[in-house]
Amino acid sequence: MSIELFDVEKAFGKTQVLNRLTLTIHEGQTVSIIGGSGSGKSTALKHMVGLLRPDDGEVYVDEQNVSRLDQESLYQLRRNVGYVFQFAALFDSMTIAENVGMGLKRMPDMSGDAIDQRVSECLQMVDLEGTAEKLPSELSGGQRKRAGFARAIATRPKYMLYDEPTTGLDPVTTAVIDELIVRMSDELGVTGVVITHDMKSAFRISDRIAMLYHGGIRFEGTPDELRMCEDPVVKGFIEGRPKLMRLAP
Amino acid sequence: MPYMVDATRAIGRTTLRTVAAVGRFGYLAVDAGRALRKGSLWAPHLVGQMAKIGVASVPIALFVALFTGVVLALQAAYTFTGAVPQYFVGTLVGKTMLLELGPVLTGLALSGRVGAAIAAEIGAMRVTEQIDALETLAYDPVAYLVVPRVIAGATMFPVVVILADALGISAGLGTAVLRLDMSAFEFLKGLRLFFESWDVWFSLIKSASFGLTVTSVGCFFGFHASGGAEGVGRATTRAVVVSTMIILALDAFWAATLLK
Repeated sequence: MSIELFDVEKAFGKTQVLNRLTLTIHEGQTVSIIGGSGSGKSTALKHMVGLLRPDDGEVYVDEQNVSRLDQESLYQLRRNVGYVFQFAALFDSMTIAENVGMGLKRMPDMSGDAIDQRVSECLQMVDLEGTAEKLPSELSGGQRKRAGFARAIATRPKYMLYDEPTTGLDPVTTAVIDELIVRMSDELGVTGVVITHDMKSAFRISDRIAMLYHGGIRFEGTPDELRMCEDPVVKGFIEGRPKLMRLAP
Repeated sequence: MPYMVDATRAIGRTTLRTVAAVGRFGYLAVDAGRALRKGSLWAPHLVGQMAKIGVASVPIALFVALFTGVVLALQAAYTFTGAVPQYFVGTLVGKTMLLELGPVLTGLALSGRVGAAIAAEIGAMRVTEQIDALETLAYDPVAYLVVPRVIAGATMFPVVVILADALGISAGLGTAVLRLDMSAFEFLKGLRLFFESWDVWFSLIKSASFGLTVTSVGCFFGFHASGGAEGVGRATTRAVVVSTMIILALDAFWAATLLK
């Protein structure tokens, strides 16, 4: 059970976003994907759950070719994948409890009581007890993000895809989310892919880190290997030194 | 000469964009047809959408019909003065409300109210990734968002239009009695003179097609919205403009095919 991208290419109009991207995320690992804005990180993530289809190349999740699955098989696969959106993407006409319970309603054999209980558990995990009956508009940005996290983990997925889960959060909430990501991997064996700009967070939660640059992989390795990497593009990015990046061939 | 080249390019680009949009609309229609099987996704939302699209539209439809009925009666009396028996005011008001103004004016008013609301709501969901979120939670967004709105539009527009027809004719009757020195008997005599039950069916068929148009066009432009708030605004405007144009084209189509 892994996620594999082989030679994936994707362009929007004349802009080539992914350029022969090849990446494997092994079972139980948490892999962070780092890279500058517009480097194709979110686009890569969306391919893993079939929200986008590659122009060329293949994407495998659970040994299934995502881009070739029919609609029903794709929905079946998505029941095993939790997706945390960058801006939470909560349904604004629904309460937080209804948002968190949405995925559970699509699970077979889930009674109303079981859904309510799981929703409470998930809200407790992200420190959002007492917000169940509130609307997303009544929550702060950080709370909305945590509610989005609760919705993604509610169905106990085998894979978790996180699109900038800590961007815009205060350091304490960031630490809470990081801890949750680590727990998902360590205690539940969930395979995770995290898109992030937050290097501190990436070093804390990742088994491996991949850096995207111009739509392809520039670096892939453990956090320690990343720290020791001498590639000016990689070093410049993690140290926040754009001049160093410009020196790169 | 360069102007000619530019103009040709612009026409070519517009044609390509239009053909691509028609193709995408076709895909959405096919997906919606397939999604009809997924009753568990759309059925729970149907009654809510019927209330939102139909019941909540009654006041604006009645407002339009009320003044249309009044104006029709006054203009008919003005036109017929001395030349045509006055009871033909009832004939003209009845025929015009049922065959033309009831469905068309209601359709146009609701393309602004319903079509714009649908495009804005679904467009906002698209640009804030709520539709992507539905997909990741294994919900078919076409079954969940499009199907209940389109069914509600196709079934509730005729109900709203029949109410509008009735109020428009009643307003014509009231105007005839209060302003034109006609008796209610005279007006009703004219109303019955050329009345065909087919006229009511014609009104219903037209309004169902307008309901289908307004809701499906609203869903289509909402679904393909992009580019933040500005994109949602653009989608909303296009939904109203395109559904207005289709309503007028359908109006001519139904008149040419069903009134023989």
